Order: sequence, then structure tokens, then C-alpha cells
Amino acid sequence: MVESKQQWKAWLYLAPAIVLLMVFTVWPIVNTVRMSLLEGYSGLKAAGGATFQFGFGNFEKVIQYRRFVQCLRNTVLLCVWTVPISTFLALLIAVALNSIKPLQKALQTIFFLPYVTNSIAIGMVFAAMFNIVGSFYGTQNEIIVTAGIINNVIEFFGGKPVNWINYGSSYMANMTVMIVYIVWNALPFKILILLGGLQSINKQYYEAAKVDSAPRSRVFWRITVPLLSPMLAYVIITGFIGGFKEYTSIVGIFGEKMGPPDDAGRLNTMVGFIYDSLSANNQGRASAAALILFGIILVVTLINLQVSKKRVHY
Amino acid sequence: MTQKSMSVMHDRDLGKTSARQKAGKALVYFGIYAFLILMALIVLFPFYWMLISSVKSLEEYRLSTPTLWPRMILLGNYAEAFTTAALGRLFVNTLIVGVVSTILSLVITVLTAFAFARLEFKGKELLFAALLATMMIPGELFTITNYSTVTTFGWINTYTVLIVPFLVSVFYIYLLRQNFLQIPNELYLAAKVDGTSDWKYLWKVMVPLSLPTLISITILKMMGAWNSYIWPRLVANDEAHRLITNGLRNAFTDTTGDVNYPVQMAAVALVSLPLFLVFVFLRKYIMSGVSRSGIKG
Repeated sequence: MVESKQQWKAWLYLAPAIVLLMVFTVWPIVNTVRMSLLEGYSGLKAAGGATFQFGFGNFEKVIQYRRFVQCLRNTVLLCVWTVPISTFLALLIAVALNSIKPLQKALQTIFFLPYVTNSIAIGMVFAAMFNIVGSFYGTQNEIIVTAGIINNVIEFFGGKPVNWINYGSSYMANMTVMIVYIVWNALPFKILILLGGLQSINKQYYEAAKVDSAPRSRVFWRITVPLLSPMLAYVIITGFIGGFKEYTSIVGIFGEKMGPPDDAGRLNTMVGFIYDSLSANNQGRASAAALILFGIILVVTLINLQVSKKRVHY
Repeated sequence: MTQKSMSVMHDRDLGKTSARQKAGKALVYFGIYAFLILMALIVLFPFYWMLISSVKSLEEYRLSTPTLWPRMILLGNYAEAFTTAALGRLFVNTLIVGVVSTILSLVITVLTAFAFARLEFKGKELLFAALLATMMIPGELFTITNYSTVTTFGWINTYTVLIVPFLVSVFYIYLLRQNFLQIPNELYLAAKVDGTSDWKYLWKVMVPLSLPTLISITILKMMGAWNSYIWPRLVANDEAHRLITNGLRNAFTDTTGDVNYPVQMAAVALVSLPLFLVFVFLRKYIMSGVSRSGIKG
């Protein structure tokens, strides 16, 4: 009697969450799989009474689509560059922060600052820093009004200005800007986690190393990195998951065009592709792409977990 | 060589090495500080550039050799930014959505976390595991269907569409459940003996004891509303309901070329300001919430 009363009460507490989850989480999962398997499914056409054939046509079409391959390449490239760079830099900064006493708190606060920002807003600042005012097409008789602060710094050190994001800029220059911005954005979270990990390492290991007068580099690779490996695995996995969902940082710098003025969509990503398909009222294609994205994230996470099982010391 | 002279030599050797060690150590520390300060300057530079550009005149901004400190501080840019982007309206919209969704979300999170932490019911473990599994799925997968769902409900261009679909966060439920589980059983049993109802116990004992976690959730949720872009752009892109991030991007569509950067930077600074204030005063809660999540916003 009491037992069933508590059952009933528990479901009452859960009711609001369950109802919302049913509508906005469970149903979308089912429906996305359904739409992805109906060839060329479109909500608009479905409302008009059209029927769709069951099959894997959406997946085939998505994979063959040139735009999709480009989006996939952009996303993978961004991941492959930004995750190792930001992890390595964050590790260096965290270790350095952990080894000092004066100014530690102040510097820690500064390094966390980029986390509390709006990625569209600060993307606009980065765009301003890389932007060239004037004409810059790599030809003679160019008028450069302002080369942008980054180019000013490059010129100060004797380099040549680069067309980073303007009309006629190269793919490599665009990607470099994106990598710089994404790394800048990714650092605070990684530093926070890694520093937390470092501070929880037992000091006795270091004292033992001191007694053996082990060199600094060996202490780093043999003590710090292995003991930090669970945190490193964590920031790498979340880094990859975040990297595969990259979208707003590109909107921040390049705007909705997702590319320089002369080549819109050049820097589009997987998520961007899904939204483009959705705006084009092609829900079948959007669903297939979303499931592919999910599959990639799942595989990458599993690989990471597998690798860390072998390498991570708990 | 006598024993004495040997020991003197030994001492001198020791003195030498320790002096060298000291010098080496100082050099290492100098290197560490130099590296950290250089990195800190790189991290801070965009903020500095945003602030000084926002008070320059367009002429000064367009100088081929940039000034590192504005010659004249022009606050008019801020007024212009405020009207160009209609920031007032955007602030109000975002505040309404942020406050309402935070309150409702907190209530739902508290109720759900309590059921999972304190109450017994069939299939509890299985249901919780299923909830956690949904965290793996990228949000875009839900968006596709949710877009048609809210269209069917007739919610397009309303506040409801910005609030309701995101009220339940599995991550917040998880966070709060962990916190609830740490509250000792004895407290619950004592309350039961006193005849306190579950409902009263939850709000009078558990919620006050979990205040730091609830504050973390509040801040992250508010920041989420402030920074959300994709969903608001998709479903509420009209004047009356547009949120701040979307409004900012909308007002300044050109990122490259000869645009009025000082005004644009002033708008960016205005949008960033509330986030900085939250950061300055509530850093502790943000950092503790974030270190357990890995989710931005």
C-alpha cells in the first residue's frame, strides 16, 4: 500500500520532465530516424499528401553531395588542428600555473576569461583584427587603407601582410583564422580542468622524484602526464565532440555566408549543412546528415575511450 | 691531500653547485613567468582591441598605422550602436526569456532530481541511464523535428518557443541529483519521524543545502539564453522576440571590408558587458559548474 503510494508520488514529481522529454527529446529521436529512411522526405510535401519511398536514399545522396563532403572536410580539419594545439597549449599553461605561487590566482582568472564570452560577438572582434580595409587582390597598385592589427604586427616583424578573410583570400588563410579563434576559445575550459587535475596530484610523487633528483622533463613525462591522463582524455574527448559541432564560431567571423565574400559556404560545417537542409525544407536530408554526425561523434568517442583504456592510469 | 683540505673542497663544491642551482632555478621561474604573461597578453588582446576600437573615430580606426591608445575617446559610438542594433529591445527580450526559462527549469530540475535521488519507483536506474544516454546525441538531431513540432503548435515567433523546448536539461538533473545524494540519509529519516512531508523536506532542507549547485545552474542557464543563436534565429527571428546574439549578428551582417568597426565594436562591448559582470562577481560558481560539465552555456 505504502509502496504503491510512493511509486505514484515519484511519477508525479517526474511528470513535468517526462512530458517535455517525450515531446522534445524522445519523439525527435524516433522521428529523425523515420525521416532519414524516407527518401527525399520533406515536411512541406508530406503536408500536401505526398508519400515517400522507404530506403537509404537520403544517406546515399548526402554522402555523394559535393557540399557535404566539403563540410565534412572542413569539420574534420578544424578538429584535427584545434584539439591537439589547444590541448597542448592548455597543458603547458596549466603546468606553468601550477608551479608558481605569486600571481597564480590573477593569471588563472585571466585565462578563464574567454570562456565567459559570446562566440558570435568575440568572433566579430577577431574579424576586425584580421580584416583589411582597402583593395587587396594580390595585384599591383593596391590601396590598403588599414591592413588590420594582425597584419600590422606581421609587418612590424618584417613579414608581408596576408589576405586573411577578405575578398580573394585563400582557403588556408581562412582556416588559419578559424583555428586561431577556436583555440583561443577552447583554452579556458581545458586549462580549468587540467589545473584542477594537477592540483589533486599527490605531492609525495614529486618529493620522491626530488629525492631521486630526477630531471624536470622526466618528472613531467613520467609523473605529471600519466597521473593527469584521465583529465587529458576528458578534455580531448569533449574537444572532439565540440569540434564536430563547430558552427557559431564561423558565423561570428564570416557571418551567415560561412565564407569570404567571393566564396560563400566555403567554410561550412556539418552542423551548417544540417541547418541548410532544414531551411531548404529537406528534412530527409537533414535527418540523414544529423545521424551521420551522431555516428561520427559516437565512433570518435568510442575510439578515444578505447585508446584511453590502454593509456590512462586511473 | 689531507682530510681537512678535502672536506673544505667538498664544501666549496657544494656551495658552487647550490649557487648554480639557484641561478638555474631563477632562470626557470623567469621563463615560466615570461611564458604565462605572454600567453595572458595574447588571451587579453581581443578584449583590449574591442574596447579601444569602440571609442575611436572612424578616421582614427582607419589610420594605416594603428594607434594603440585612442587619441580621443568617443563615447558617441555606444549611443549609435545602441540605436543601430536596437539593443534595448534585444536586452529586454533576452532578459524575459532568460529569467522565465531559468525559474521554470530550476523547478523542473529540482523535482526530477529529487525523484531520482530520494524516491523509490520501478525502473529508476534504467530511466536514469536512458536519460544520461541522450546527452550523447548532438542537439541538431532534435532541432530538425522540434522545428516542425513548434510550427504545428503555432509557436513560431513567440516567447514560448524560446523557453519550453529547453526546460529539461539532463545535465542539470544529473548535477543536482549528485548533490542531493550527498545529503545524509539520517536527515531524511529524522524529518520522517517528525512527520515532515517529502514536499516540505525537499524545499526546506534539500534545496537550501544545494544552493551552490542551484546558483551554478542559474548562471549557466542565463548565460545560455544570452549566447544562444541557432534556435532563436530559426524560430523567433522577428523584431518583437529576437534575442541578443541573433540581433547583434543581424544588425551587423558585414564582417569584412570597409564597415564601421568602431560602432560594431561598441555593440560587441555592450553585449559582452553583462557577461563580464557575471564573471567578476560569480566566478566561483561558474568555474565549479563548468569543471563538472564541459558544456558551454
